[in-house]
Amino acid sequence: MLNHRESAMQFGIFSVSDVTTDPTTGRTPSEAERIKAIVAIAEKAEEVGLDVFALGEHHNPPFFSSSPTTTLAYVAARTTRLQLSTATTLITTNDPVKIAEDYAMLQHLADGRVDLMMGRGNTGPVYPWFGQDIRNGIPLAVENYALLRRLWDSDVVDWSGRYRTPLQGFTSTPRPLDGVPPFVWHGSIRSPQIAEQAAYYGDGFFSNHIFWPKEHTQRMVEFYRSRFEHHGHGSADQAIVGLGGQVFVRRNSQDAVREFRPYFDNAPVYGHGPSLEDFSRETPLTVGSPQQVIERTLGFRDYVGDYQRQLFLVDHAGLPLTTVLEQLDVLGEEVVPVLRREFAALKPAHVPDAPTHASRVTARGGAQDSTVPARGDDVTGRTVEEVSA
Amino acid sequence: MTTRTLAVVSAGLGVPSSTRLLADRLTTATVAALRERGEDATVEVVELREHARDLADAFVTGFPNAALRAAIETVTGADGVIAVTPVFTASYSGLFKSFADVLDRDALTGTPVLLAATAGTARHSLVLEHAMRPLFAYLRAVTVPTAVFAAAEDWAGGEGTSQELAGRITRAAGELADVVTGRPASARPADPFADVPSFEDLLRGNP
Repeated sequence: MLNHRESAMQFGIFSVSDVTTDPTTGRTPSEAERIKAIVAIAEKAEEVGLDVFALGEHHNPPFFSSSPTTTLAYVAARTTRLQLSTATTLITTNDPVKIAEDYAMLQHLADGRVDLMMGRGNTGPVYPWFGQDIRNGIPLAVENYALLRRLWDSDVVDWSGRYRTPLQGFTSTPRPLDGVPPFVWHGSIRSPQIAEQAAYYGDGFFSNHIFWPKEHTQRMVEFYRSRFEHHGHGSADQAIVGLGGQVFVRRNSQDAVREFRPYFDNAPVYGHGPSLEDFSRETPLTVGSPQQVIERTLGFRDYVGDYQRQLFLVDHAGLPLTTVLEQLDVLGEEVVPVLRREFAALKPAHVPDAPTHASRVTARGGAQDSTVPARGDDVTGRTVEEVSA
Repeated sequence: MTTRTLAVVSAGLGVPSSTRLLADRLTTATVAALRERGEDATVEVVELREHARDLADAFVTGFPNAALRAAIETVTGADGVIAVTPVFTASYSGLFKSFADVLDRDALTGTPVLLAATAGTARHSLVLEHAMRPLFAYLRAVTVPTAVFAAAEDWAGGEGTSQELAGRITRAAGELADVVTGRPASARPADPFADVPSFEDLLRGNP
């Protein structure tokens, strides 16, 4: 069922789930506090009319989100409309079997309001904790995702590869909801191989965008679009593109700058480096009034073309929960409604809308129950359940 | 007449600086040497002092800002490079190394480079051979055999030492001009998107 908000382009927020000291007070929230805060942020995103909430996956402090499907399932139970996603799901160090299971499970519980974004993870020490090696990052992403696709697209999988024990007659359960697996985005900052992967499968490509000059994002997206066309999924401008963005907004732009500067100056990623003004010039960071955020965001289209998903980072660098919720109020009330209208007016008809479960089920020709019944063993034809009954 | 581009990287900090002074003399001599070989040259100077904050920012943010990008492109797109650093604490200066650190590993592959350094005393002169030349060897640049060192005595000293410096400058400039003229006009840095393997290759395990 489509509702009025399920429009051509999706707007939402993504969180890296950092636990960071508030530089203005010196106070560091507890993990418990941040975990409850992220749920409040997700609920607020739905309340103010945003479309997407995406959560990162990390396995080292200062991040809390090691298990995004747990959090997203909880959010799913407390929301009705919000699309749940990841930023990112580690395709290198997670077992693709577990990804297939976890996200299909989440898909059922959330009535299809689930997609996910694959990422390699760039923290070297994490790989060996999961038995892997960062030097194999690209081949791991390629092989693991190829297996994930098989597990979702085929009921019974025989498989062998370089990075995982082989599978014989394996069925990943539950089967994808309505026989349609979650839509997949591939996120990469600087590896054209991942843009090539997204293009090969006709999946979405998400550019983090926020820590790099626009020329960089432009090249990656252009490359993805041209390869999407090469692999026969449609014309380049029909490829599915998502972008990150980073904003701090107050009604009055001087207030925004004054309030955000100490957070910027001490932020883990870029703090103690360039000035807020320099970084705003070099990257999509926008600190200012709603009108400034609207104009800057509309400008993204000038260098990536019509795109399907815009996610904003709003809850990092130690910003307190109340401030984040206020940011969401302004985004929902003053920024996103204008962006929806303006982007929609600019988008040609042949450019696809953001994919949703509903649109993908329709494209597949309707929902089908994909439950795979338990098979009997080869000798007796009976199942374990029958034997123990 | 072919026109070559020369990029001059100076890590001098004073104004005026003896490092820049040496860079200028090497540049003048190289342009003259190219003319003798029938080639013209345009010269672009990158004063690293002007990019000190840009370099610090690049380390923190992970990308060079627009001003630093322009400097990097000047150097990596040149037909020949004259690189001059003061000696600080037994090596090239931190500012000079910082610039080397923001270059792509392959950006200077095959580029002819003339090495030069300055210091208060000639006792530092082997910094050229023991620190600077290995740095450019790692970058697979083509360094010319004569590296030029100028100590305080070369500038202030009597007729003899100044003449020796002038002789080294002429010899080094001639070597750089020889290498530059022996090569096709500047091959621009490789496009990282040009050789991405097809996904079929990636699936076969050839990333």
